[in-house]
Amino acid sequence: MSEIPMTYVLFVSFALFFIGAYGFLTRRNMITMLMAVELMLNAVNINFVAFNKYLFPEKGDGVFFTIFIITIAAAEAAVAIAIIINIYRKFKSIDSEDADTLKW
Amino acid sequence: MNLSFLILIPLLTLIGIMLVNGKTARVVAFVGSLLQLGLAIFLLFAYMHERGAGNVSSVLFEETHPWFSQWNINYHIGVDGISIAMILLTSVVLVGGVLVSWKMEYQSKEFFFLLVLLATGAFGFFISLDLFTQFFFFELAVVPKYLLISIWGSGKKEYAAMKLVLMLMGGSSLVLISILGVYYYSAVGGVGTFDLKKLGTIGFSHEIQMFLFPMMFVGFGVLSALFPFHTWAPDGHSSAPTAASMFLAGISMKLGGYGCLRVAMVLFPEAAHAYSPYIIILACIGILYGALVTVKQRDIKMMNAYSSVSHCGFVLLGMAMLTKTAIVGAVLQMVSHGVMTALFFAVIGMMYERTHTRMGDQMGGLLKVMPFIGTVFIIAGLTSLGLPGFSGFVAEMTVFVGSFQVQDLFHRSATIIATMSLVVTAVYILRAVGISLWGPIKNKEFELLPDATWNEKLASIILIASIILIGSMPFWISDLIAKTTETLFSAVIK
Amino acid sequence: MQNFSYISLVLIIPIVVFAITGLFGKKFSAFSGILGTVGMLVAACLSYFAAYQYFIVGGRADGVYPTIIAFKQTWLQFSPNLSIDIGIMLDPISVMMLVVVTTVSLMVHFYSIGYLHGEERYATYYAFLSLFSFSMLGLVVATNIFQMYMFWELVGVSSFLLIGYYFEKPSAVAAAKKAFIVTRFADLGFLAGILVLSFYSESLDFQTIIHRMMDYNSPIFHNANTASFMGLSALTWALCLIFIGGAGKSAMFPLHIWLPDAMEGPTPVSALIHAATMVVAGVFLVARLFPVYSQVPIALDVVAYVGIFSAFFAAIIACTQTDIKRVLAFSTMSQIGYMMFSLGVAGGYWGEKGLGYSASMFHLFTHAMFKALLFLGAGAVIHYVHSNEMGDMGGLRKKMPITNIVFFIACLAISGVPPLSGFFSKEEILTAAFNHNKIIYAVGILTACLTAFYMFRLYFMIFWNKSSVSHHEGEGHHGEAPFTMKLPLIILGLATIVVGFIPFGKYISADGSILESEFHLNLAIIAVAAGLLGITIATAFYMKPSEMPAKISASIGSIYNSIHQKFFIDEIYLFVTKKIIFNLVSAPAAWFDKNIVDGMMNFISVVTENTSDGIKSFQSGKIADYVLWFFAGVILISLLIVFAF
Repeated sequence: MSEIPMTYVLFVSFALFFIGAYGFLTRRNMITMLMAVELMLNAVNINFVAFNKYLFPEKGDGVFFTIFIITIAAAEAAVAIAIIINIYRKFKSIDSEDADTLKW
Repeated sequence: MNLSFLILIPLLTLIGIMLVNGKTARVVAFVGSLLQLGLAIFLLFAYMHERGAGNVSSVLFEETHPWFSQWNINYHIGVDGISIAMILLTSVVLVGGVLVSWKMEYQSKEFFFLLVLLATGAFGFFISLDLFTQFFFFELAVVPKYLLISIWGSGKKEYAAMKLVLMLMGGSSLVLISILGVYYYSAVGGVGTFDLKKLGTIGFSHEIQMFLFPMMFVGFGVLSALFPFHTWAPDGHSSAPTAASMFLAGISMKLGGYGCLRVAMVLFPEAAHAYSPYIIILACIGILYGALVTVKQRDIKMMNAYSSVSHCGFVLLGMAMLTKTAIVGAVLQMVSHGVMTALFFAVIGMMYERTHTRMGDQMGGLLKVMPFIGTVFIIAGLTSLGLPGFSGFVAEMTVFVGSFQVQDLFHRSATIIATMSLVVTAVYILRAVGISLWGPIKNKEFELLPDATWNEKLASIILIASIILIGSMPFWISDLIAKTTETLFSAVIK
Repeated sequence: MQNFSYISLVLIIPIVVFAITGLFGKKFSAFSGILGTVGMLVAACLSYFAAYQYFIVGGRADGVYPTIIAFKQTWLQFSPNLSIDIGIMLDPISVMMLVVVTTVSLMVHFYSIGYLHGEERYATYYAFLSLFSFSMLGLVVATNIFQMYMFWELVGVSSFLLIGYYFEKPSAVAAAKKAFIVTRFADLGFLAGILVLSFYSESLDFQTIIHRMMDYNSPIFHNANTASFMGLSALTWALCLIFIGGAGKSAMFPLHIWLPDAMEGPTPVSALIHAATMVVAGVFLVARLFPVYSQVPIALDVVAYVGIFSAFFAAIIACTQTDIKRVLAFSTMSQIGYMMFSLGVAGGYWGEKGLGYSASMFHLFTHAMFKALLFLGAGAVIHYVHSNEMGDMGGLRKKMPITNIVFFIACLAISGVPPLSGFFSKEEILTAAFNHNKIIYAVGILTACLTAFYMFRLYFMIFWNKSSVSHHEGEGHHGEAPFTMKLPLIILGLATIVVGFIPFGKYISADGSILESEFHLNLAIIAVAAGLLGITIATAFYMKPSEMPAKISASIGSIYNSIHQKFFIDEIYLFVTKKIIFNLVSAPAAWFDKNIVDGMMNFISVVTENTSDGIKSFQSGKIADYVLWFFAGVILISLLIVFAF
């Protein structure tokens, strides 16, 4: 069984990242946007793991970073959802177009 | 003596004001300012004693502590004759300002806090010998004005406050640029320095001087109502509450003059020579034009505000003449105008509080109703028009005699043009006295108005006493300034 | 050398009285008048003693009266050479002025006790009066030209305060302002002159200036005389500028306009300030600097012509005025004109040529006495009639016998009738003019005739001319005047008779040596004849009610009118100040400041605001927009990094 070439893995992460970016830009529902952000983060995670595996198999830095990011993503999700709930209370909507008072 | 007390006392006063509640704040502010005045007078005597003992170094009571040592920023303080004069002025005006606002009802605690904060900035500015520290205090003395005017002011207060702060900040940014320029150009093979004493000995090259001097001079000049950057003054002064006007015209404008003189001209003597004709032209325009504009003002507070533009022109004129006598005159004018204008604003404030109008022609006959306030107004007016025996005369004559020493037609004509403002000053002052104090009482309601209360009387008496002290015995203060001028401006004086 | 240090008391007493009455006068209102009078009495006695000691006991040293510096203290040091010193200098003219000022001031202090009895601001009045006396005394003893300038300003302001004493009256307010501003304008010339003079002579001290400017060979004199500006030497400029200051204070044409209006003040004040003392300060100034003036013929000519013109001009106007105080004001101006041109015709410093100088000082002295008497007498009349208009008076000789007599004496004196004081001094002046310049002499004689005419017109209109007397009878009016007012009248009346016999030339002359004034009978006869002619005409016209004056004035209608309106000088000034300065300079300047200068600042802020308005749409508040910009930025930067570097 031959190894999966690195480019395949990178392609998956690349696709995943832009699917996330696309989702973030086009969706207006904040929950969906949050999910899109998670997709992007996971794309980064895949990159880290892949580079670690293929380029520096003897080290573990990439994996550590991944674990870090997963933790932070969890925390971030918690904060984000808290913000979204607050926005919902204020604007009675979780549509990002409605919450445009940030400019002030 | 330890100069840091000059900053420490206001700081402790500030803390005290924060700790007490409500009306007690004014007592704390008053006690603090009295202590400060006492300290300033003590400082004067300590200084004279030290000089009498034969200490000839240009700056006395120096003190240095590192602040940001990797950038060579130090807390470096010390005093010379000029700064002592300024410190005395500031403390007198502070006492007067606190007394005049004694009856302040609305948010008095915050008011006194800001007032003392402003004074702290001024004290720090006058004793700093490190450009960075000095700039820090300079800003400290500018920003609280925004709040003072926009919260406690009258008339177009938001507009005036915004305009004032923006214009002064514009000036500060110019000053900051030139300070940074000084810092980098002073770094010859090492770290630059902000130390005024060291910088004075460096001697920048001609190009650098020509480049940095205008920025610094205009930057400070804005504060000293340099034409055409004076327009913040009338609006700002007239919209500010009484004590803030006193501070603004009495002290803040002097920060500018002091900066122009003590920083810009000491650091860049060559450029001062090169640019002095332009400064003289602007100063003369400011003097005569300011006086002429004043004649047309109906609002007496506005009148005094514009007259400040005219009077501060003498400061700039004196220093730009570059003779020792004229520079001494400029400093005397700063002190004299500071006290005089503070008194004037104080008494205008008293009249406004009672009549609720600032229009001179709506008053009339007030001298009969309130003799004390009327007399104070007349005294302030006579000081403003330069009556002998009061401080204005001493200062203006010193400027004139000093500037007449420069022997060419340009400087002579400038002097003569400046003297013409004496007549115009007499016109607007007497007009104001005539319409607001003399004549028949126009408004029946005014007949019952009360005369000055104890705090107002005390404030006026303190200010008048200092005016007379300078005006009838000028030799001590003139000596004080003259000695410093000789050592400090040896490179500048023609 | 005697000790004259007590002279400083003459200055200290009034200022102390000023401080006491000014600060605490309200509580002891009635007391303040007595305090002021007693203080002035002491000061007057001290000056008499000083005069005795100086002239009689001290006498001459080396043929001239010495100049004694009784006290001197540096007040403000400008530079090593220039400093303002406060001091007391005694020389013949300052001692004489001390006597004049303290005498008249004492009389006025005493007189005012009665005149202003019951006034609300009685204490304030005395405070101002003391302030004035202090300033005037400081002026005459000045050692330093800047000291003189300082006291000069102080007398100006005390005059301002006293004219504005009745400050509820709009006319008094206007008059006070006018007096101050006009003299202030003139003082500008004085100040500029001081600056020029001090620059060239490198000193502010009178003695040093005079000493240096008298020395033809010194480089200082050479510099001052050769440095020229617009064709005249610096010294000429300096002296002419200083003369402007003197002309302003002494109400010389065209700076005289404030003097008639200044009569709005209380009458004793007019007597003290606007007749006897302050207005002669200009003459005194020229006399003080006379040695320097005598070096510059042009400057002396200016003094002479301005003086004679003012004398004549004022005499013409005085003939048409109906307010008694205004007649006296113009007569004052006319007499000061005499003193001025007398100085001007004193062509030289030495010997006989200096006759004009000593004549001028003599006239100053006698004029102070009889003019103060005239004003105080007029005050008594006004006090009695409660009006300033001649039309309201007439036939008062029975009701006010003492006033009548002293007024008559004073009128004779001012008309130059022997043997009263005015005769001697005026005769000397005319002799000096005759020796120097015949035109000036002729105009002087004509003016003397006019003087006699208008003074007797005034006298007859008040005390004779019975027609309009009736409405005062049976009013149960108070008597002539209280004792406090009568006594000064009598004293001054006696003085008017006596002082003419003082051999003035012996004491006061330009170079300090004895000047034996010769008595020229021919000239004296002409002068007296001119005076008598004027008196005769006035007697014919005004002693009895007569139609003549009205007919004459009607026949020269428009000329009479323009004289009555004082040649419209006031209107011209008003036009210049109101129309030109206020409306054409000040108003546009105020507009310019508000709209152009301030507009520039506002323009900057408007531009800033508009710019930020323009770019703020980038800040939509929509997260998606921000992200899009963010991504675009990231891509742009990564492309830059990949391809550019």
